[in-house]
Amino acid sequence: MVAAPGFDEMWGSDERLREPYQTFNDWLDGEDPKRLRAKQREAEEVFRLTGITFNVYGRAEAEERLIPFDIIPRIISDREWSRVTKGIEQRVRAINAFLHDIYHRQEIIKAGRIPREMISDNAAFEPRMIGVSPPGGVYTHIVGTDLVRTGPDEFFVLEDNARTPSGVSYMLENRETMLQMFPELFSKNRVKGVQSYPTDLRRSLAACAPAATTDTPVVAVLTPGIYNSAYYEHAFLADQMGVELVEGHDLRVVDGRVAMRTTCGYKPIDVLYRRVDDDFLDPLNFNPESQLGVPGILDVYRAGGITIANAPGTGIADDKAIYSYMPEIVEFYTGERPLLQNVPTWRCSEPDQLAYVLDNLHELVVKEVHGSGGYGMLIGPAASKKELAAFRRKLTARPGNYIAQPTLSLSTVPIFAQRGLAPRHVDLRPFVLVSPDQIKVTAGGLTRVALKKGSLVVNSSQGGGTKDTWVLED
Amino acid sequence: MLGKTANGLFWMYRSLERAENTARLIETGQRIALTRLESGEGEWQSVLRSAGSLDQFEENRDEMTKEAAIDWLLRDRANPSSVMSSIDNARQNARLVRTALTHEVWEATNAAYMAALDLLARKVAERDLPGVLRAIRQRTSLVRGMTHGTMLRNNIYNFARLGTFIERADNTARILDVKYYVLLPSASSVGTSLDNVQWETILRSVSARGGFRMEYGASGGPREIAQFLILDRRMPRSLAFCMNKLCDNLRYLNSGQPKLGEAQTKAQQIERTYLSHDIDAVFDYGLHEYIQNFLGLLVELSGQIETDFRFYE
Repeated sequence: MVAAPGFDEMWGSDERLREPYQTFNDWLDGEDPKRLRAKQREAEEVFRLTGITFNVYGRAEAEERLIPFDIIPRIISDREWSRVTKGIEQRVRAINAFLHDIYHRQEIIKAGRIPREMISDNAAFEPRMIGVSPPGGVYTHIVGTDLVRTGPDEFFVLEDNARTPSGVSYMLENRETMLQMFPELFSKNRVKGVQSYPTDLRRSLAACAPAATTDTPVVAVLTPGIYNSAYYEHAFLADQMGVELVEGHDLRVVDGRVAMRTTCGYKPIDVLYRRVDDDFLDPLNFNPESQLGVPGILDVYRAGGITIANAPGTGIADDKAIYSYMPEIVEFYTGERPLLQNVPTWRCSEPDQLAYVLDNLHELVVKEVHGSGGYGMLIGPAASKKELAAFRRKLTARPGNYIAQPTLSLSTVPIFAQRGLAPRHVDLRPFVLVSPDQIKVTAGGLTRVALKKGSLVVNSSQGGGTKDTWVLED
Repeated sequence: MLGKTANGLFWMYRSLERAENTARLIETGQRIALTRLESGEGEWQSVLRSAGSLDQFEENRDEMTKEAAIDWLLRDRANPSSVMSSIDNARQNARLVRTALTHEVWEATNAAYMAALDLLARKVAERDLPGVLRAIRQRTSLVRGMTHGTMLRNNIYNFARLGTFIERADNTARILDVKYYVLLPSASSVGTSLDNVQWETILRSVSARGGFRMEYGASGGPREIAQFLILDRRMPRSLAFCMNKLCDNLRYLNSGQPKLGEAQTKAQQIERTYLSHDIDAVFDYGLHEYIQNFLGLLVELSGQIETDFRFYE
């Protein structure tokens, strides 16, 4: 695939300023680069003070690191955004229907739209969830749909993060920082708010409380602890929602309820927003070595004594092998054509597709089916001969472990670089809240940006940064 | 509130208080060393003893010098009570209880930590010492100020205060324990320059010089100093003041509970038995034994607070 001329969200493909950026650009023209540079440093200082850090695995010397923040906002028009929103809602609705189906009657398999072994042989399929109906019918209370853009109206879904998507605290802090540093920009541009997210999250979680809950539901956030890479976010969300932040050792099952140890004794929890993976949730039911979970929580859950958000077993919906079936899944459950595109995907488990991938490796992006965070992936056009050869061997040895996709020409947005503005590739993660009666998508989301020139890897663990994302009011 | 959170708050504020106390001890030691009225090493030994870390110092360092003592108290990570360790520990606990703190308190704590990392990255030269200690004291004061100015007066605040006052009482009692002999009426030949230095050391170690002068002018001797630091309820670092606060905060925590907590009973007992007599009774009892007993009871009280409020499983 030949890379088309890149689409820049500010300057389009033809160096003509795009409409959403007009007001911003006028402002920018009148700004002294020196002042902006000082603002950039000031922003970093704000982040350092606030303690917005993440821990990088495998880096003992840098226990806590800041994710670089770029002060140039990414700007999207209302019209562009409303199309995206509709597409996300449709997709998330389909995902919840899909999860319900595969843990109950499995109509989609019976209809021949997905091969049975894609489910039954999939490590992300959770047999303990078979026949279990989560409170309110919601499986994925929080979704982080990763989008990439290649043109004015071309958005692709890259991943449906349906387990425990992270990053929303950066979205909120980025906005907070921009409001502090450039108040005048927000007077000139009417930017849709994102700050209600924690309140919305709490409401949305409470709306999914078990049927037996009579009082105001007790909500808590479950974190693996202060050494987890996203601990800051866990504490941030608990704080902003005004709920307790608990760890496994604060909890135990008391009289058929999951309860937290308070200074006045054990108090039952109705809704647990867990930021702990399925595997570590319950040492009695999952990984017996886990110190992070609560022995017996799954039994309480199955008996309807607690809501776990997201539900166990949702990983089957964001599995990279299932991803290639998403267009079918959307059509099957909504009866509509998908509004958002899927990136074409070759399943290496299928011999003819594997053959194509091996022949065209230098042009493709190859991902591990269960990988995340940008680890263990190959970007063909950027790889050396040696790396290509090594990946070829991996693919031949375990083809079912991989999928491949074309290298999309991701859109760029300018960053404030050493020598002024410079285009860099971006992606976007809007956050989606699902409750029994509504699906709510944040206006914008978290924009991740590859800070290295030409790089397509935006992951913070691989040196990516973030930007504030604006959706303008019409 | 979670038991874990109560625990984290308690230790966050204990550690902050400890950082301040250790910084103050260094300042005092340095001051005495500079006035050279006594052999320096002896004084540093007693400073380390007051800080409760003389044994550990001897295990970790070869020689007792001024530089070694200051470095140990200020920066050494092997010393759990060093200024750096204490601030680090306070911040770790603050991270743990982030949801219980106001934004202002968290930021001040994080800023104190970052400033300490920066100030204490290398051995501090003697000429920089006053500035470094001042900066650290300002940083921890800012946390305290933000705590007073922004935190709700609820259970969160009560646990923060319990940590503060247990640590402070412990600190004052330890200073008295190390220097008790200076305060004994029999041992003093009142008015010698040595005595004056010793008393000054004690008062400086608990930031009580100004207060004492205000109260007693130039006429105060050992008896008055003991009275001031042990029994004076207006002096914010005295044992009586700290115990009074501990009793208050435990009472607030237990209000609305069906029965009195054991920690509260214990605290009231300590106050009744040890802090409601006059100073002559303390001297009659034996100052040394009195302080030793008090220190032991503080440890018990701290343990009882842990149990009463389910700090651990």
